[in-house]
Order: sequence, then structure tokens, then C-alpha cells
Amino acid sequence: MIFSFEIPLLLLLLVTAAGAILVKDLMSAVLLLGSYSFFLSLVWAWLGAVDVAFVEAVVGAGLGTVLFLLTLFGTAPKDTRLRRPPPSLATLIVFPLLGVLLLYAADDLPEFGNPKSPASVHISPTYIEQSYQDTRTPNVVTAVLMDYRSLDTMGETVVIFTAGIACALLLRRNS
Amino acid sequence: MVDAFFAVFQRPNYLTFVVIFLWGFYIMVTRYNLVKKLIGMYLVQTSVIYFLVSISAKKGATVPVLLSTTEPVQAASYANPLPHVLTLTAIVVGVATTGVGLALCAAIYRKYGSLDEQKILERMEEIEALTNKKFLKD
Repeated sequence: MIFSFEIPLLLLLLVTAAGAILVKDLMSAVLLLGSYSFFLSLVWAWLGAVDVAFVEAVVGAGLGTVLFLLTLFGTAPKDTRLRRPPPSLATLIVFPLLGVLLLYAADDLPEFGNPKSPASVHISPTYIEQSYQDTRTPNVVTAVLMDYRSLDTMGETVVIFTAGIACALLLRRNS
Repeated sequence: MVDAFFAVFQRPNYLTFVVIFLWGFYIMVTRYNLVKKLIGMYLVQTSVIYFLVSISAKKGATVPVLLSTTEPVQAASYANPLPHVLTLTAIVVGVATTGVGLALCAAIYRKYGSLDEQKILERMEEIEALTNKKFLKD
């Protein structure tokens, strides 16, 4: 399943992200961002994270793109072609430095897909082995999300509710 | 230093994360258009989530749904489910906050007639000058 076609998929991801950044027309940039989201959900399905892939395809690529498009339709179409300011000296120094620093840290990370990496041997085997006895749910992600961590999930819904109220208040016509 | 160079190419997931993260961050800092800034923010969010999920991958493992509920479970044959749970929440919250940002953009456009940072600043100064003039007259 893993590690047979990783490079083409990651290249597709990078190309669509670069398109969303470099294209001057905002409408095209938003549509490329939607395709980036779909390729991302494909990558996640390939990494074994099917639940995350579903959510990204529905919420990220679907709802996110719709929200961006609604904003673009609500604002003037003449405003969508962008001018690109020249980068300042500070950004030209800071960003390559940050990149070199981040890439230099790569040596300390566990290898991609190593079953003995710290994240995979600490607490997660307990969840995988115990969750069926505890919750009678074969899907471990659902068991953790809705059973062990259901209070956190309620906090998440509170955040979404607050975001919805904030949007409604901001977009009121007669304020 | 040479070791670090090869370490990067053994971890293509990390290289992709660094490229998308920094590029999105750069867009957030430098571009004038507010929607373009939000596109950069979305890229930063998703790149961090991608990095977390790629940590959870194991060679030779399948999706974290138990194949058999009667036999004892081998943890090494299922991907690590905990980053998946965390990132599920992060994706939904990320899109919700992006929605609030877009609503703010729409409200700003309604008031100032532009999404360009520089034009908005000019317009704000104009409005301020107008109110000051009115204040002095009274």
C-alpha cells in the first residue's frame, strides 16, 4: 500500500500548491486550491488515514472551496487580478534561513514509515489493542474520537458553532 | 552537513511539508490581497496536518480499522490512529476559522470597497481625515 507511488503524488501536491500561489487570477487560484485539497486527501488515503481523507475531501475541498468562491462572488470581479509586490530585504533573508534551519532538523526525525518511530511505540499500541474491548467499535479512530475523547470533540463543535455565529454577525446586512 | 542533505531526501514527506509551509507563510507575509493571504494560511494549515499524518504512517500497515474482532490485535499492522484523530479536529476547525476570515474579508470589502491592503489603508486615512475635518468644523 505505502511507498510505491509516493513521489508522483507528492509532486502533484507541490504543483497544485504552486499553481494556487503563482496564478495571478484569484478565481483560478481558489480552484487550484480545491484540487490541491483533493490531492491531499488522496495522499492521506494512501498513507492509511482514510477518515482524515474523507474529512479533507468533504470539508476542505468541498466546503472550503465553496466558502472561497462565495467570497469572490461577493466581492468585485475587477478586484481579482492581483499585482505582486517586490519582496523586501527582510523576507529575502529570513525565509531562506528558516528553510535551511527546518531542513537541517530533518536528520533528527524518525524515518518516513518507520514502525519503530517514537510516535508509534509509545501510547498508540494500547489504543489499537484495547479499543475493541473498551468500546466495541472496530474503527479505532472513531473509538478515540467519539468515546475516549468525546469531550474534546464537543469542544470542537463549540468552536464550529462560535465560528458560525461570528460569520452570521459579520455578514449581517443592516448593521 | 552531508548527512543532513541525504536525510532530507530519505524523508520526502518532510521536504514537501517544509516547502508548502514556508511558501504559504511567505504568501501570508508579502501579498497585499487579503484572499491571497487566506490561501497562504490554508496551505500552512494543511501542510502541518499533512506532516502529522505522515508521522502516523507505518511500513506494511493498513488503515486503523480492525480486520478481525475475535483474534488478538497486532498493533504493528495498523497505522497509528492518534494523529488521525487530532488532525480530523484540526481540519474542521481550520476550515471554520478560514470561513470567519473570509466573512471578515467580505465585511471589509463592503466598508472599504477593496481587498487590497494598500488601498484599504489609503481609504482608512481618507475617512479619518474627513471625520477630523468635520470634528474641527464643529
